[in-house]
Amino acid sequence: MPNRIEIALKDGVRDARGERIKREIEHFLHLAVDEVRTIDVYTVDAALTPNELEQAAAGPFSDPVIQTWSIDRPLAHGFDYAVEVGFRPGVTDNVGRTAREAVEYLTGRKFAAGEGVYYAVQYLFKAQLQSADVDKIATGLLCNTLIQRYSVLSASDFMARRGFSATVPKVSDSVGTAGRSPVQEIDLNVSDEELMRISKEGVLALTLDEMQIIQAHYRDPEVVAARSKIGLGAKPTDVELECLAQTWSEHCKHKIFAGTVQYEDEKGNKQEIKSLFKSFIQRTTKDVREKLGEKDFCLSVFKDNAGVIKFNEKHSLVFKVETHNSPSALDPYGGALTGIVGVNRDPFGTGQGSKLIFNTDVFCFADPFYEKPLPSRLLHPRRIFEGVVEGVEHGGNKSGIPTVNGSLVFDDRFAGKPLVFCGTAGLMPAEVNGQPGQDKFIKPGDLIVMTGGRIGKDGIHGATFSSEELNENSPVTAVQIGDPITQKRMFDFLIRARDKGLYRFITDNGAGGLSSSIGEMAGECGGCRMDLAKAPLKYPGLTPWEILISEAQERMSLAVPPEKVDEFLAMAGRFGVEATVLGEFTDSGVFHMLYGERTVAWLPMDFMHEGLPPMQLPAKWTPPQHDEPVLEEKNDYTADLKELLSSLNICSKESVVRRYDHEVQGGSVVKPFTGVANDGPSDAAVVRPILESFEGVVTAHGICPRYSDIDTYHMTANAVDEAMRNYVAVGGSLDLVAGLDNFCWCDPVLSEKTPDGDYKMAQLVRSNQALYDICMEYNLPLISGKDSMKNDFYDGSTKISIPPTLLFSVIGKIEDARKSVTMDVKRPGDIVYILGKTGNELGASEYLTLKGFTGNTVPHVDAAKAYRRYQAYHQAVLQGVVASCHDLSDGGLAVAAAESAFAGGYGLQIDLSRMLWKGDAAARNDLALLFSESASRHLVTVRPDQREAFESAMSGNCFTSIGTVTEEKELVITGLSGAVVVKADLAGLKEAWQQTLREL
Amino acid sequence: MAQTRAIVITGNGTNCEMEAAHACRLGGFDEAVIAHIAEILSGEIRLDDFHFLNLTGGFLDGDDLGSAKAQANRLKHATVAGTGEKLVEQFTRFIADGKLILGVCNGFQLMVKMGMLPGFDGNYLSQTVTLTHNDCGRFQDRWTYLKVDSASPCIFTRGIEKGIYLPMRHGEGKFMCDTDETLQRIEREHLGVFRYSDPDYAAAAMEFPANPNGSQNAIAGICDPSGRLMGLMPHPEAFVHYTQHPRWTREQLPEEGDGLILYRNAAEYVKKNLI
Repeated sequence: MPNRIEIALKDGVRDARGERIKREIEHFLHLAVDEVRTIDVYTVDAALTPNELEQAAAGPFSDPVIQTWSIDRPLAHGFDYAVEVGFRPGVTDNVGRTAREAVEYLTGRKFAAGEGVYYAVQYLFKAQLQSADVDKIATGLLCNTLIQRYSVLSASDFMARRGFSATVPKVSDSVGTAGRSPVQEIDLNVSDEELMRISKEGVLALTLDEMQIIQAHYRDPEVVAARSKIGLGAKPTDVELECLAQTWSEHCKHKIFAGTVQYEDEKGNKQEIKSLFKSFIQRTTKDVREKLGEKDFCLSVFKDNAGVIKFNEKHSLVFKVETHNSPSALDPYGGALTGIVGVNRDPFGTGQGSKLIFNTDVFCFADPFYEKPLPSRLLHPRRIFEGVVEGVEHGGNKSGIPTVNGSLVFDDRFAGKPLVFCGTAGLMPAEVNGQPGQDKFIKPGDLIVMTGGRIGKDGIHGATFSSEELNENSPVTAVQIGDPITQKRMFDFLIRARDKGLYRFITDNGAGGLSSSIGEMAGECGGCRMDLAKAPLKYPGLTPWEILISEAQERMSLAVPPEKVDEFLAMAGRFGVEATVLGEFTDSGVFHMLYGERTVAWLPMDFMHEGLPPMQLPAKWTPPQHDEPVLEEKNDYTADLKELLSSLNICSKESVVRRYDHEVQGGSVVKPFTGVANDGPSDAAVVRPILESFEGVVTAHGICPRYSDIDTYHMTANAVDEAMRNYVAVGGSLDLVAGLDNFCWCDPVLSEKTPDGDYKMAQLVRSNQALYDICMEYNLPLISGKDSMKNDFYDGSTKISIPPTLLFSVIGKIEDARKSVTMDVKRPGDIVYILGKTGNELGASEYLTLKGFTGNTVPHVDAAKAYRRYQAYHQAVLQGVVASCHDLSDGGLAVAAAESAFAGGYGLQIDLSRMLWKGDAAARNDLALLFSESASRHLVTVRPDQREAFESAMSGNCFTSIGTVTEEKELVITGLSGAVVVKADLAGLKEAWQQTLREL
Repeated sequence: MAQTRAIVITGNGTNCEMEAAHACRLGGFDEAVIAHIAEILSGEIRLDDFHFLNLTGGFLDGDDLGSAKAQANRLKHATVAGTGEKLVEQFTRFIADGKLILGVCNGFQLMVKMGMLPGFDGNYLSQTVTLTHNDCGRFQDRWTYLKVDSASPCIFTRGIEKGIYLPMRHGEGKFMCDTDETLQRIEREHLGVFRYSDPDYAAAAMEFPANPNGSQNAIAGICDPSGRLMGLMPHPEAFVHYTQHPRWTREQLPEEGDGLILYRNAAEYVKKNLI
């Protein structure tokens, strides 16, 4: 008989959680509520004595200063409705897990199999509400019914039933009890329609071509003969089919980037591109490295979980950025939390392992204040915003990794799929136990060891599901909830095991679970033999294929030499980390899975990894033509500037950023916010990962999906340039900087569902072309990246495709972090410069968007000139003659000037007539000078006594002084006619910038 | 010559061990050891061999049962391998030996929930105050001005004139007492070492964001009557060099950050009294 322990705040103690819920109900659901109070509920399903239950309730479960407790007796009183929300069976319940451990410490006994503690929250509403309103609160705010269950009781029902009854969300054992075999065989000697049915219903996401290749493999007489020798029939097992579906999924195999593209440009020129990845991304790195020659700093690119570059003689830098879009669309909190703790495992599992030094995050959402109707399966953008922000907050903060850099980007097409980019950097010893830190290998005979969390049904089909568009039937199990503490414990252990040389190879378990991690590891030595029955499970009832492909979180896979395994396992035990030997690596050429004695999968490695021919992808580029807006020239642009400052893409994101610990580990040098009141927006982050040294790591990013509406070539060029100009602004060195490309596209495969696939594919080609062109100019090797190609929503009638988006991240070095530059103006009298020329490049700008246009004049990057200018500017930084520097991006000069001024607390006097212009002189007007988003520009201030030094460092480059910093707290900009075109006090500008998202 | 030895306990979600050890070394300790709780429970490392114990920031057990609750329970009930001794006995002996403990953020939460602070009448194991959810309902990372009580017996804050400027980074930092009497006694005995204040360190601040969590009497840190045990929510180890200050690119600052003095005082005290 399970017991309910309830913990309530004492009367009179403020309930901050309840108050927050109350605010959200009023804000989003527009319902009036007098009060919300909350109660924590622990349902204990374990053999405990009454005395032990009381000790648990009074001890670890409650705080005697502010809380009271009860056992099997409701504490709720003085409410109109009660709603209780708990997890569905099998969903990760971190609080329940910690509660169970606490009870085990208390009693000195481990729980028996099947025993557990389950956490729920009871919300008590004092309000005049209809029961339909309460349901709306429950489903619209308190509970995500995909992963949680809820029940509602009115006060009278609550009294009559004496509260909620104990609910134990235990997973019931569905296998074995039916007496059927845990492994099924699938007959592929069937019609094409039947093959597709098998793929679709099994969420395999395999195409007909791919199903036919598998069909042919199993018809091959040699394969049939080899299988019969080991006692397998000619039909594939479900384990094999699932394993192939994971290995060949778009998510794992990147079929689109590996495919053969027939590209036709706007002039009808045709070109065959064999693999965009090899032709552009890999080639970029190869050619840049050749160009750098002896100055090449890349150590490991593309082959591992993350890229590795040199930092100094003793340390290397590791960086990876991932996306977690599809899960975040379904369960924003769990999806985003898993996104951040998932990407943590990439640098951790790179080379022999690295210590994690910072996170970055970039989110793309629809307008959180969106009021139009949405397809039923889509969550409101506001809910996605809240959930994602909180998921990444918990994932990053609890892991003790500072979140140093990020962005929020808004476009209503992200209602179809939000984009959740999470990045993590690591610091790796240049040498570990006498070997280069980035190298690792496996010897046949090494043991397969899995560490960390247990395997459950969570995350099954995550890889295949994210390889399809989101639809009505997207599987619930594809959602997981991360557990940062289990992972942190594992990392604490593994980093020490690394230094003791207790393993030879490490990698993470992400998409595709063991099938992917062990599949790839087996590729290192030529085979493996693993018993799935040995894998530790969260609960009984998983079939072998589920064990193999489960994406249950917080797991690493390792190759441990047999002579080290005892020490490895003993140390894991001391650190409270589960570690299990599952089998061994071989050189048999076969991916061999057993379940106990029985062979359940026998896949030749070459078929698994090389069996798939490249996809054939048509691509045809037809440049879009948008209406060219005719904009009226005004005498005063102050109101436009304020409106821009308040727009979602430009406004302050401080309410979100302050929720992320950006200073833990103690190395923070340039923080997300800077200036006289700690609230000006920094361009990039600088951190010191080694506290005894002043060498700094600099990271920044660029993202501008709006430009894709005109041309993805320029979208890409601008994204790379934005990352670089942010990086350069704070003082990043051009001699040691590397890039990461994260492509998020809408489905670019021409099909009935996607009739414009050839255009979207051409957009992808053009983006890749730009990436190569501009990275070559910037000597910027690409070291890692990821693509997510199916960011569409389609429910049969409505289709929402995201704008093609490239997040470009850079990581590099500043030799002396004490030379870093921030964006706030420093003192009155300083000279204001603008570096770079401005042109009539308002296409897809924030200004045109505000006015309801797209236009056509997208900014073009002149990378060769920009690179020379960035180098000159960096010399000025090294000489210490730059007082402040801010990059010009969204909203152009006017926005950058306003931000630098109110961040520094001093005014600016700027004269537009002094600005350098490029292109058609007739188009030079105040509007373009103020709001054009021409690339590669910086706004710099310099002390008058350092004018000569600065100008001599910059000589030979396009730059000009355009004004001064003033004592008066005002931004004053005079136009070409000499008349004032912007005049505003700083407080008003700052308020416009801060008000939009302040309450979120 | 005898060594001054600091220990920083990590594990189960503790995060700030590296910078805390760095601050101890900068502050003058000959040695600062980062010890995983597993190494203490296995008996490999003993608290008795150190003079200064750091319980640092983090998210012990994910704050799952309320901040630091699970760790307080673990320390009280877990046994050190091969000794038959409860870990908590090493703690109480450490205190009885006149040694120093500094709890920061999650470490302060742990001290409070174990009952080590305010530690009235030599009772270090019964809880009388707590740290709970910020009034704003959210985790916050922002810098705060902390006015010092110069009449406090605290050994860590000696020499601080008006106050110090440090970052707070927490979701559960609202200081509350079980009774008015507890609060009055804390005030009477000057145990409320640090208070959130205005930038001039003149007046205690009760309003967000200067007081980021709504603490009673704006209390940000307390010590025990001996002054050797102290806890505070803001992070002294996060400001030991000027480049950590949010406005270092625009203000003339000394090389050392405000937080370092706590570690200097600790090292000084150990040299004079415990070596």
